[in-house]
Amino acid sequence: MKIAKMVVTGAAALAAGMAIAASSAQAQGEQFIPGLVYRTGAYAPNGIPFADGVADYINMLNARDGGINGVKILFEECETGYATDRGVECYERLKAKGPTGAAYFSPLSTGITFALTEKAPGDKIPLITMGYGRADSRDGQVFTWNFPLLGTYWTAASVAIQHIAKEWGGFDKLKGKKIALVYHDSPYGKEPIAALEIMSKKYGFEFLPIPVPAPGSEQKSQWLQIRQQRPDYVLLWGWGVMNSASVTEAGNVNYPRDKMLGVWWSGAEPDVVPAGEKGAGYKALMLQHPAGKFGIHGEIDKHVISKGKSLAKADDTGQVLYNRGLINSMLGTESIRTAMAKFGNKPMTGEQVRWGIEHLDLSAARIKELGFEGMIQPLKVTCADHEGTRLSRVHQWDGKKWNVISDYYTGDDSVLAPLVKDVAAKYAAEKKITPRDCSKES
Amino acid sequence: MGFFIEVLIGGLLAGVLYSLVALGFVLIFKASGVFNFAQGAMVLAAALALVRALEVMQVQWHWPFGLALPAAFAFAAAVMALIAWAAERLVLRKLVNQEGIILFMATIGVTFFIEGLAQTVFGADVYPLNIGLPKEPIFLLESLFEGGVLVNELDIWAAVIAGLLVAGLAVFFQRTRIGRALRAVADDHAAAQSVGIALNQIWFIVWLVAGLVALAAGAVWGSKLGVQFSLTLLALKALPVLILGGFTSVPGAIVGGLIIGAGEKLAEVFLGPSMGGGIEIWFAYVVALLFLLVRPQGLFGERIIERV
Repeated sequence: MKIAKMVVTGAAALAAGMAIAASSAQAQGEQFIPGLVYRTGAYAPNGIPFADGVADYINMLNARDGGINGVKILFEECETGYATDRGVECYERLKAKGPTGAAYFSPLSTGITFALTEKAPGDKIPLITMGYGRADSRDGQVFTWNFPLLGTYWTAASVAIQHIAKEWGGFDKLKGKKIALVYHDSPYGKEPIAALEIMSKKYGFEFLPIPVPAPGSEQKSQWLQIRQQRPDYVLLWGWGVMNSASVTEAGNVNYPRDKMLGVWWSGAEPDVVPAGEKGAGYKALMLQHPAGKFGIHGEIDKHVISKGKSLAKADDTGQVLYNRGLINSMLGTESIRTAMAKFGNKPMTGEQVRWGIEHLDLSAARIKELGFEGMIQPLKVTCADHEGTRLSRVHQWDGKKWNVISDYYTGDDSVLAPLVKDVAAKYAAEKKITPRDCSKES
Repeated sequence: MGFFIEVLIGGLLAGVLYSLVALGFVLIFKASGVFNFAQGAMVLAAALALVRALEVMQVQWHWPFGLALPAAFAFAAAVMALIAWAAERLVLRKLVNQEGIILFMATIGVTFFIEGLAQTVFGADVYPLNIGLPKEPIFLLESLFEGGVLVNELDIWAAVIAGLLVAGLAVFFQRTRIGRALRAVADDHAAAQSVGIALNQIWFIVWLVAGLVALAAGAVWGSKLGVQFSLTLLALKALPVLILGGFTSVPGAIVGGLIIGAGEKLAEVFLGPSMGGGIEIWFAYVVALLFLLVRPQGLFGERIIERV
């Protein structure tokens, strides 16, 4: 009986969850990595595959290599429900765990990131906010503890406009056009607005921001506005149910789905599957990596999934957000490995891990060795540049699967760099932070 | 003018969708005086049971759609009956004659339990739901307005379903023996018991009926959004409808939904851009509070007169 199987599966999931929590028992000589997850609540369909990817990569390292350079990883999840207050509570609860405290935090929430940005410098714990968080935090001189690796929302906005310009035949074709931004009315959704306003002035297109109150399950008024305003392109900056509701409502008002381009948090399977046939044609940016299985998945299958140590369903392990979770853990653990090369093979403190992230230099050969070839391009983090790379591609949903439809674009630093410098300087002045002199950093 | 009509119709139809959720609240409050905080969770549980059963019957057992659909509805109804039984047996029975606020607090606990259990048993993913409702946009009055007035077929079906539910519930409450017993229990638990009305049985029935209304709401909203956890948050959309329509009136839930739906959509589209947008979520409560100033019991609520 399938129904009975569901009950058994549910019970097994609970037991496995408890096992993860139980593994948190502190032990000397082990590296503690916390996991801020949301496996429950309105955003769980997106939070679960990411959390599974994060956990499976760490479990694989422990099973295959005995951790990082022989230092076993202790991993403990804390449920945030995507709520900022609960995220901060999780941070406080986990920051001092393990023999050296938390190595780093990845909150998977721009709201939580905003809150933790104030706390991390005092606690000396780095924040890896891969593809989210404060866009100005790529400025490592001001934001010593933030690392928006692989791309910020301003990079995403720049790449989105580049892709639209390419579709239309050049940047000169943007002039006089109308581009709408349907966004989650939260710090996350508002983040690209500054960059888009600058680009609208530079390229001469009209920018039309349309907020959607969270969680975004009802969007009739926003899409009726779009039907009336008739923008030439719609950018989507949603999360969770808002994404699928946007794609569905676009279908309801007959707005062409191939004139919609989502950010990389609006471009996974849970965002389009509920829309059914109405999702076909919808496009989204990629945080470099596509859906599908690559070298690393063989290792995960061998050491984690086949041993029954994963919470992920077998069919979901090549999905966009699962793959992103794998990358998040790989970048974090490779940063720890980088730190160990300087400080020795022992559990690293948050301060040492911060040094490791800031000196992370992943070559194509190393990425291949790690099993991530085809998923990400080489990246090099520096004291001044905490983003590491500004590359993105576009993929399109055909109703059944995502297909990559573009080459790599690079975020346009002639637009982004001055904006980063300006906003980061204002933040530094407001918080009385003296920017570091990167020429004196080792 | 065409756009105004389009927004107005869109708002009215969205309001009907809110009413579908609000109806469940009204039923339980009307019949037992309990504000059931768990109504949103019941919508989620009903929709999850429906969509997962439909999936198993069609994909695993290869049943034809015509057979799988009623069977899946029957399964989901059975799940709602089980929840109704458990709520009465394990929670309400212990709290007979307690203050309304205590019963309300108990339903908050029931909410967390149902949300957690439903996701544990049926899964926490997004599940597309197709129960055969048409979802295509249609354009009316194209000869009068450029581009016509857009209406979605699914919203029209939701209105039809809501109308049928209201008619059915009106007959149930006014014309049946059980309906009269329900109203008696709502007036006074102890008095109803003293004239031989079995309170336990009545509470089970009313929770079951509210569960079936939740199933209807879950089926429509699930068809629109996919079945996912956010269905439980629809309760928040129903609250201003209840405040406005009155907690004890079935027609009030419908009229309240229409006013809230139309009001919030018109405000968002015509006032929103000048106020930074995203105003509809609080505007609904403003509309409801304005009505409360004039009619504290809600538009159709019962005026409560107490001796002091």
